[in-house]
Amino acid sequence: MAGRMRIRAKMSEEGVVDVKALMRHPMETGQRKDAEGNPIPAHFITEVVAMLGDRELVRAHWGASISQNPTLAFRFTGANEGDQIDFSYVDNKGEKGSGTVKIKAG
Amino acid sequence: MKSSSIQTRFGRRWFLGAGATLLAVAALPMRVLAAAMRPDSTFTATAVDAVINDLGGNAVDSDMIELEVPPISDNAANVPVVVNSKLPNTTKIAILVEKNPNPLSAIFYIPEGTIAFAETKLKVAQTGLVYAIVEADGKLYKKSMETKVTLGGCGG
Repeated sequence: MAGRMRIRAKMSEEGVVDVKALMRHPMETGQRKDAEGNPIPAHFITEVVAMLGDRELVRAHWGASISQNPTLAFRFTGANEGDQIDFSYVDNKGEKGSGTVKIKAG
Repeated sequence: MKSSSIQTRFGRRWFLGAGATLLAVAALPMRVLAAAMRPDSTFTATAVDAVINDLGGNAVDSDMIELEVPPISDNAANVPVVVNSKLPNTTKIAILVEKNPNPLSAIFYIPEGTIAFAETKLKVAQTGLVYAIVEADGKLYKKSMETKVTLGGCGG
């Protein structure tokens, strides 16, 4: 299942872009058990990358202790209103998700 | 002259070999910069010290790192953490939770032009310290804060 993302990117008057992203993902640790006592297999996002064209804005490596439906916020400079940010992520099962957002004036 | 021609051939082969080695060495840091590999074994390490060691060892306490963690976590499955590093040339921000089975939660790689700031939400198993480990100018710095967990919550 290709996961969808909700992303917001706002640029301040000083030119700082504030990006907030929300992913829909169970982020299972692999340490929980279901009602019958069977272990629930680990299922979590391992890497998230945000790009502005060819420019890497941030790369994050995650473990299973990031919360369910994880959020990621970061800030950067050197972009213009209307520029597009491309997000992509992959989890420990190799499932991928992505999303894009255009920078808006804050 | 036979001996000198052998020497020349040996010399050329040595030169080619050295050239190839130089190329490989030169290409290595570029590839690392292009895409850092996830350090899987550091994510499965079970102690804070082991994680810090893997990240480069010897992290010095720094007040140039701002770490925001709620002093009391009512929802331990959703603990907001904000790290803001004022250390010049910050390239990496790692977040660790002392009492989690695997303390390392996240590593953020900060390229030039990106502000040394990261915000996410974590699961915290029980009352203990949350660490921000920052790499700046190739050196490690740290800041920690305690969060009290009122209800067990690593499950979520």
